[in-house]
Amino acid sequence: MAGTLTAQCRTVLPSGFLLDATLALPLDQAPVTVLFGPSGAGKTTLLRLLAGLDRPSQGKIVFRDRVWCDTACSEWLEPQQRRAGLVFQDYALFPHLSVERNVAFAASGDAAGRMMERFGLRGLSGRLPRAISGGEQQRVALARALAAAPQLLLLDEPLSALDAATRAKTRRELRALLLSAGVPSILVTHDRTDAIALADWMAVMVNGRILQAGPVREVLARPATAQVAEAVGVENVLPAGIESRSGGLLRLRVGNSVLQCLDGGESPPVLASIRAEDVALTRDPAAASTQRNRLPGVVRTISIEGPLALVELDCGFPLVALVTAQSAADMSLVPGESLVAVVKTTSVHVIAAG
Amino acid sequence: MDWQAIGLSLRLALATTLVLQAVGLPLAWWAAFSRRRWKFLVEAVVALPLVLPPTVLGFYVLIAIGPRSPLGALYGRLTGGLLPFSFSGLLLASVLYSMPFTVQPMVAAFSAVDRRLLEAAWCLGVSRAGTFRRVVLPLARPGIATAAILSFAHTVGEFGVVLMVGGNIAGVTRTVSISIYDQTQSLDYAGAWHTSLLLVIFSFVVLALTYSWQRRAWMPWPGR
Repeated sequence: MAGTLTAQCRTVLPSGFLLDATLALPLDQAPVTVLFGPSGAGKTTLLRLLAGLDRPSQGKIVFRDRVWCDTACSEWLEPQQRRAGLVFQDYALFPHLSVERNVAFAASGDAAGRMMERFGLRGLSGRLPRAISGGEQQRVALARALAAAPQLLLLDEPLSALDAATRAKTRRELRALLLSAGVPSILVTHDRTDAIALADWMAVMVNGRILQAGPVREVLARPATAQVAEAVGVENVLPAGIESRSGGLLRLRVGNSVLQCLDGGESPPVLASIRAEDVALTRDPAAASTQRNRLPGVVRTISIEGPLALVELDCGFPLVALVTAQSAADMSLVPGESLVAVVKTTSVHVIAAG
Repeated sequence: MDWQAIGLSLRLALATTLVLQAVGLPLAWWAAFSRRRWKFLVEAVVALPLVLPPTVLGFYVLIAIGPRSPLGALYGRLTGGLLPFSFSGLLLASVLYSMPFTVQPMVAAFSAVDRRLLEAAWCLGVSRAGTFRRVVLPLARPGIATAAILSFAHTVGEFGVVLMVGGNIAGVTRTVSISIYDQTQSLDYAGAWHTSLLLVIFSFVVLALTYSWQRRAWMPWPGR
């Protein structure tokens, strides 16, 4: 297909790490893709394969009908020919060149001037990279990459080298910059907030493999396997038995409780996945509500994280709820007290455990 | 003082340095970035003059450039002259003898350039040669300057190789160190004193300048 990037790469690193990743990205529908996974999952390695800096031992990479790499017929495009702008984690600015000459390093026509303008770098043009802040360095690196008119932009952990304040600000600006650049981008991160804020499409990578790919919200809400659920940080993944199914609904036995959810035709063994933010807490066991799943339990711990409170419950199995610190305070929750966790039917997702 | 010998030494050192810069840059680039398994063999050959007695090196060079050797015969056909006991022969021997003093600082300088800067340039579409010229050379400039200074100074001070290959022909192959030897042999201690002192001062100034410029010790083969 014309608007896609497909990659099947298999390579063994000197450390013995095996990368075996298959990726198909709809670049035109989803301009910003996030390659998501824990540290050591092989995300940077895959990015380097896409950029052409490393060769896979077996594999094929096709970008918009153009073969970048095919080990089967020794097809290979050098990084220079791929024109995939790579923004390194620590930016790799040329230390001996001023900001302006960094941006102009490979710029065509008046692109350098336009990028200096768009990224607000005019005031820094004569400074050397070591004399500007991390956030400014990142803008220089992006401007330098875009001035070279790339076909694809690759960003390795673009926000990780920034301090917390700059990070939040840059996160807000980065998506707008990436979209206005009109170049599809792939960015690597292990941070869920970054993924949600920046990307349209998400590919989850664990242990050198792409386990699931799709629209960000879809992947976060419906992890296909327990491994993906763990990687994307779904707090509750519970072993479950299928009790009964009728009328498009599935009744799952979890511990001594029964959870109702939508029936996707899964067969046992299964897992029930519930995001902590989809778990509500109430004291009144009989209150009328549209929420069908009511799980009596005992509060184990309450940890306040900024505006949010993470409440661990024992419902016969551990269950984590994420509520606002304000409501935790209003309910004056204390460890040891009994209450009821309620979960909407549509918030319980079934994962095939096999 | 033997000004003729001093002039010859400077001429030889300058020519050697220029040739070594031309030969050393690509060789050092290859040594710094190649992943060939037999690279260590080339490294060892380049470093040989550091440990070999100059007479051994000089002896083999003399044999290799003699009129009956392929190289000597070729030179004879092309120029009608002989390599042994000539300035050209001396230059060839000096280039070999000072090779490690050029190549090793260059390799150290190239190895110190962050590889990701090269990769960043390649991803921006800049060719390997362009990257070398625009990123590697400017960043390695102090190391390249050190290489030039060291090979120049080392050539000025060489003795054994010159004696073996060049002999002792005034104005052609009698360099400053041989001149000092001659002066001492003929009991001209005053002349030897002056020339020696000049060499000591020259060497000290050159090394002091190099170290103040580099601000770090120059090491034999760099780590990799």
